[in-house]
Amino acid sequence: MLDRVHPPIDRNREVVIRVRDIEVGFGEKTILKGLDLDVYRGEILGFVGASGQGKSVLTRAILGLVPKRAGTIEVLGQNLDELSPSERRLLERRWGVLFQQGALFSALTVKQNVQVPMREYLNLSDRLLDELAMLKIEMVGLKPDAADKLPSELSGGMIKRAALARALALDPDIVFLDEPTSGLDPIGAGEFDELIATLQRTLGLTVFMVTHDLDSLYTVCDRIAALGEGKILAEGPIETLLESDNPWLRSYFHGKRARAAMASGA
Amino acid sequence: MAQSTLAQEPQVKIERSAERVTAKLVGQWTSEHAELVESLAAEIAAEADQHHMILDLAQVRRLDTLGAWVLDRTRHELGTRDLGADFANASPEQQILLDEVAYRGFQEQPKVRRSKAIDFLVDVGESVAGAGRDLVGGIAFLGELVSALIRMVLHPRRFRGTAVVNQLEQIAYRGVPIIVLISFLVGCIVAQQGIFQLVRFGATPFVVDLIGILILRELALLLTSIMVAGRSGSAFTAEIGSMKMREEIDALRVMGLDPIEVLIAPRILALLIGLPLLAFISSIAALSGGGVTAWLYGDVSPDVFLSRLRAAVGMNTFLVGMIKAPFMALVIGIIASLEGLAVSGSAESLGRHVTSSVVKSIFMVIVLDGLFAMFFAAIRY
Repeated sequence: MLDRVHPPIDRNREVVIRVRDIEVGFGEKTILKGLDLDVYRGEILGFVGASGQGKSVLTRAILGLVPKRAGTIEVLGQNLDELSPSERRLLERRWGVLFQQGALFSALTVKQNVQVPMREYLNLSDRLLDELAMLKIEMVGLKPDAADKLPSELSGGMIKRAALARALALDPDIVFLDEPTSGLDPIGAGEFDELIATLQRTLGLTVFMVTHDLDSLYTVCDRIAALGEGKILAEGPIETLLESDNPWLRSYFHGKRARAAMASGA
Repeated sequence: MAQSTLAQEPQVKIERSAERVTAKLVGQWTSEHAELVESLAAEIAAEADQHHMILDLAQVRRLDTLGAWVLDRTRHELGTRDLGADFANASPEQQILLDEVAYRGFQEQPKVRRSKAIDFLVDVGESVAGAGRDLVGGIAFLGELVSALIRMVLHPRRFRGTAVVNQLEQIAYRGVPIIVLISFLVGCIVAQQGIFQLVRFGATPFVVDLIGILILRELALLLTSIMVAGRSGSAFTAEIGSMKMREEIDALRVMGLDPIEVLIAPRILALLIGLPLLAFISSIAALSGGGVTAWLYGDVSPDVFLSRLRAAVGMNTFLVGMIKAPFMALVIGIIASLEGLAVSGSAESLGRHVTSSVVKSIFMVIVLDGLFAMFFAAIRY
């Protein structure tokens, strides 16, 4: 397993995502209410919570895919509500998203998928476009012959890697990962965690990772935020969450599966 | 703002000494300045002479994978020209990045080039083979369908009545308004043109014979079949195709359910029942349209219209149209299901198969109608 030193929480560190008092709901139902969250530059934040508590909703609200009813979201120091469309486009090329199902464009090969954002935003020569796409594909651990395959010809793990390569296409500052290890076998999941940690160090990424994978939380996450009842129940390094006396967190981190992960990971 | 961006643009300062050339890199070597990064790298490569080259990163403010890749590529190219090059003063982060992207040649995927003539011949050959496969596939599918229907007859509990009724609503009931509308209008148009031609011979009342026979034998059924192919055939292909894409068909199979029995048989049964009904409704609507037009343009009163119609049209005229209807339904249903089952992973493939389902169905409906016309003429029915 990877040996990571958890950086201490420093309130003076640069905040790249600042969510304040956000409220999101659909119809009569309110999912997030008065939620605050900070994500610091260069950290891997693990975001946990029971199913249906709104982890994906928060991610989608930050990405602007779900409208919020109240509150502010600042990404890289810019309030998302105050951006003009062109500023918004500039901001959007600074984040990359790995969707849970990959969301690769089914009609394009892996290489073309990676090249979509590059073609859209960068002015590259054909040679460089090809080389960079191949570089990203190799960086995420795919074999070069996967480059010309269509998404329907890939296995689940390969789809995740290809989608990660696309998320990294523009060298983003922030990467959102929605359950990156779900659907992978434990070895594949472990490799994927390591890959995320390596890329995070190499590229200086800030990673916002929604996950249920306790191994991921133990091995790669610098900080963990737990969502419940529409709010952040607790946040901090894993030790802080282990000490929490919230019933859900206690059963989450002290259940049978958690003890196994702790024994192997920490 | 503009000035600060200028200051951040990548620049190169070349310094020469007796034994080495130093390229001092300044600014942001990132993808935002991709073009500049590439041209500067080419410049650096051109500056190199016999001397060893040092790429000094001390003043690089930002480096991303693109910058690192281009720089390492330049270093590598200088190496292959027997001019060594090295990085100097890279920060630890930059060094990690440079190590990670370390230049390696990517193999060009071999591109197959053939002459246009050969390509054309290959295309023709493939489409002929494809048509043959379609025919064989269609017949095989008809066999599977019939055996599924027989199993249903033998085990009536496996008959999915609810699904058939639901499909019947989608295919027939909801299709009635549009079919009535277009049939009525086509009836009007044919009657009007007929009157314009027949009036020159003083034979206006014969327009009733014209529209009666034309509509009942051919037009109503053709209109209905084309409309159903466009409306229901396409929906049918899209439904089955997207179920195929999401592995729903496989899910049915592993549960021991036969997709033909569950999905396709109810739809084709509904088509077999619904299309003749729609064709009948279409005939009535077209005849009404023709009758109204004949009254307005040709002074053929409804009484005269009905009595002439009775004289002109026999039971056989009506039956010729109706006998053909189930065959059209079968052709549309089989083509739509085969195309749906042929959908593979991508959204593009779904679109292609829906299009080809509609095009093939309409084509086959018209071909079949021609064959029937020859057949009925031969047996003088």
